[in-house]
Amino acid sequence: MAESLSVFRGDRLVLDDVSLTLERGGALLLTGPNGAGKSTLLRVLAGLRRPDGGALLWDGEPVTQDRTAHAARVAYLGHQDALKPSLTVRENLALFARAGGGDMDAALNAVDLLHLASLPARLLSAGQKRRTALARVLLAQAPLWLLDEPSLGLDAAAVELLGQAIATHRAQGGLVVATTHVPLPLGEVSHLALPGMPDQSRGWWGSDETDLTGDAA
Amino acid sequence: MMGLFCALVARDLRLALRHGADTLGAVLFFILTGTLFPLALGPSPDLLRHMAPGIIWVCALLAALLPLDRLFGAELEDGSLDQLLLLGLPPSLVALAKITAHWLTTGVPLLLAAVPLAIMLGLPTSTLPILLAGLLLGSMVLSLIGGMGASIVLGARRGGVLLPLLVLPLITPALIFGAAAIDAARTGLPWAPDLELLGAFLAAAIPLCPLAAGAGLRAAVE
Repeated sequence: MAESLSVFRGDRLVLDDVSLTLERGGALLLTGPNGAGKSTLLRVLAGLRRPDGGALLWDGEPVTQDRTAHAARVAYLGHQDALKPSLTVRENLALFARAGGGDMDAALNAVDLLHLASLPARLLSAGQKRRTALARVLLAQAPLWLLDEPSLGLDAAAVELLGQAIATHRAQGGLVVATTHVPLPLGEVSHLALPGMPDQSRGWWGSDETDLTGDAA
Repeated sequence: MMGLFCALVARDLRLALRHGADTLGAVLFFILTGTLFPLALGPSPDLLRHMAPGIIWVCALLAALLPLDRLFGAELEDGSLDQLLLLGLPPSLVALAKITAHWLTTGVPLLLAAVPLAIMLGLPTSTLPILLAGLLLGSMVLSLIGGMGASIVLGARRGGVLLPLLVLPLITPALIFGAAAIDAARTGLPWAPDLELLGAFLAAAIPLCPLAAGAGLRAAVE
């Protein structure tokens, strides 16, 4: 479904000549040391940041030509949860339910937050906030999920819910690109049941290493 | 798209309602600075009546600047700006929605508060409609230009200091025409040309400021 080939650099050459392709139902786990540019790459894929070199293609069309249209295809989970403390969970998500057309109760149920829906976000724990942010990803009903450390602050049950949500999304032909700060513990990877995630054959680690040597020099 | 735009405005209004103290702050600042002038200038009714248009306009302008700093700043800090730009709305419409909310939560209350302030300063009641008409147009211009300035300084290290320096010079035409209209009405001269020029200024700001603000938002999240 999506074919993207990209080659780009940040201000300090964060990403150098990175290429990747995602097919329908595919998932890609980005791993690498701090500052390897995982989050930057996600922002580029989301169309929030313009690549300084190379091209980002969706179905053969360059994304940078119409970034607003691309935004409708993307559900982005940043490392901030982007919740307003004074609004309730439901009020926080209402705007995004409207934009994506997703079903609010179903999304809240999928992250096990239905019973907290009318609670102000400031009263939520870090993990509950993260789950609210995940509900926003579900509400967007977008084909491409970009998850920046989605499991941050989640307990084991919530991680399992996340795994289920990702599996459902992929079964419907959705795409997932996720990052993780530290390489995910292998046990957790198999637990999430995301086959073929660390796509190292495409040279992720290789490109990261060239970045690091470039920085050192 | 229109529905989404309205939903974004509604979200901001709801937020403003929950932070009532922040929202009222601008109006209280307006009234307080306005009442300082009689104390500083002395209680001469003639002098106050003569200076009232200028006092009201300058105070309104400064009061409307207060919440601008947080207009986009709060969204950038908690990551909401990313999500707003990914709503599927063009960035200029996101900016226009925030600007609309700023006008509704700051411009309209200032408009209402201007009436008691004008009466207190001794403006003839016959000039009140002109004052309100001018402030109606002027506060919209202020929100538009202020929103543009706020998005441009977004992410800058001393954005709060830069913002008035950027916005105040741009807003001076509105100040000149708005205050001049009241003066003209008070002295019996035709006031319509001043308001028409103010309207023309607003007509230019409505399409241009959101475009610039949208570009500023895009640049801020880069």
